[in-house]
Amino acid sequence: MNINLTLIGQTLTFFVFVWFCAKFVWPALINVMVEREQKIADGLQAAERADKDLELAQKKAGEQLKEAKAQAAEIVEQANKRATQLVDEAKEQAKVEADRIITAAKAEVEQEANRVKEELRGKVAALAIAGAEKILEQSIDAKSHNDLVSKLAADL
Amino acid sequence: MAGGQTSTEYIQHHLQNWTYGKLPEGYTRYNGEVLTQDTWVSAHTSQEAIDMGFSAVHVDTLGWSIFLGALFIFIFSRVAKKATADTPKGLQSFVELVVSFVDSTVKDTFHYKNRMIAPMGLTIFCWVFLMNFMDLIPVDWLPVAAAKIAGDPHFFFKVVPTTDPNATLGMAIGVFILMIFFSVQQKGLVGFIKELTLHPFAPPTKGAAIIVAPLLIAVNFILETVSLIAKPISLGLRLFGNLYAGEMIFILIAIMFGAGFALGLFAGVLQWGWAVFHILVITLQAFVFMVLTTVYMAMAHDNHDEQH
Repeated sequence: MNINLTLIGQTLTFFVFVWFCAKFVWPALINVMVEREQKIADGLQAAERADKDLELAQKKAGEQLKEAKAQAAEIVEQANKRATQLVDEAKEQAKVEADRIITAAKAEVEQEANRVKEELRGKVAALAIAGAEKILEQSIDAKSHNDLVSKLAADL
Repeated sequence: MAGGQTSTEYIQHHLQNWTYGKLPEGYTRYNGEVLTQDTWVSAHTSQEAIDMGFSAVHVDTLGWSIFLGALFIFIFSRVAKKATADTPKGLQSFVELVVSFVDSTVKDTFHYKNRMIAPMGLTIFCWVFLMNFMDLIPVDWLPVAAAKIAGDPHFFFKVVPTTDPNATLGMAIGVFILMIFFSVQQKGLVGFIKELTLHPFAPPTKGAAIIVAPLLIAVNFILETVSLIAKPISLGLRLFGNLYAGEMIFILIAIMFGAGFALGLFAGVLQWGWAVFHILVITLQAFVFMVLTTVYMAMAHDNHDEQH
C-alpha cells in the first residue's frame, strides 16, 4: 500500500480511456439512440396519419355506397315504370287488334250471309216458279210470269 | 491459504502488490545480497517494496486496470461501430441501457454544455465497476495461478486495482485536474482565484471595516483550499476504503478454509453471502464515483458571480 509511480500511471490511463470513450464510443452510441428516437417518433406520427386516412376513406366509401344505392333505387323505379308503360301499350294494341279482327269477321259474316241470301233468293224464285208451273199444270208463259216471280223473290 | 504460512503472513501476502521498482545502490536484499548499483527489480518482500519509495510501479494494479479499461473500451467501441438505429439486439441493447442510464444520471446533475462529462461518467462507471468486480473472484484463484506461472510461490499478485490507493487516488487526481481545468476555463483564472478567496465570507469593500478584509480573504482561502483538496482525496479514499474492507473480509473468510471441514463449509456459506452483498457494494461504489465526479464537474462550471 505504498504510494508510488502507479498513481501517475493510473491518472494517465484514466485520461486516455476518457478521451477514447469521448471521441469514439459515446458519440456513435448517442447518435444511434437519438436517430432511433427520431425514427420511433416519425413512425408514431405516420401511424396516426394512417389512422386518420383510414377514417376518411371509410367515410368516403360509405358516402359512395349510399349514392350507389340511391342510383340503383332510381333505376329500378324507372324500369318498373317502363314495364308498366309497356304492358299498357301492349294491352292497347291488343285491344285495337281485337277490334279490327272482330270488325273484319263481322264484315265477312255479313258478306257471306248476303251471298247466301242472294243464292237462296235465286233458288226460291226458281222453286216458286217450278211450284207454280206444277200448280197451273200447263205451261204458262214463263216470260210473262217471270217478272212477277222475280218481284216476289226480291220481297223475300 | 498456501501451506506453511501463518494467518498474518497470509493476509500480508495478499495485501502486497507486485511492485517493480528501483532499489538503491548498497541496499541489502532479502537474501543478503548487497546491490552494487541502482537496480530495477520486482520486490520480494514487503520491506523491499517500501524501500523502493516513489520510484516503483504496481504492475498488477496497472496491468489489471489497463486490461479492464481496454476490455470496456473494446466491447463498447465494437458495439458503437456496429450500432444501428433499427431494433437493437443482444449486446447492443445492454450497452444502450448502460449508456442511457449514465446519460440520464449525468443530465440530472450536470446542466451545462460540455460534451466531455457524460462519456467520462460512462468510462468511470464501467471501468470502476469492472475493477471492483475483480473482488468477486475468489481471493486465491488468480494469485495462486500467477505464482504457478511465475514459478515463485512467494509471488505477489493483487487482482483488484481499486483496493490499491494508487489506482483510486490516481483517478481522483485525474478528476481533480479536470476540475481545475474546467474551473479556469469557465471563470477565467481571476474568477477561479476570486472563488477561492471571496467565499464564504465576503470581505467588506468600503468603510472602516475594510481592515478586516485581508484577514477574511486569508480565512476564505484556507477554507476553500481545504474543501477543494478534500474533494479528490475523499473521492479516491472512499472507493479505496470500501473495496479494501471488502477484500479484507474475503481474505479473512478465506483463512477459514484451511481450518477443517466444518469451518471450511461455514466459510463457503459466508463467502457466498458476502459476495452477494458485495455485488451491491461494487455497483454502488462505481455509481457513487461517477455521480460525485459529475457533481464536482458541475461545481467547476458553476459561476457564483453570474448567479448573484
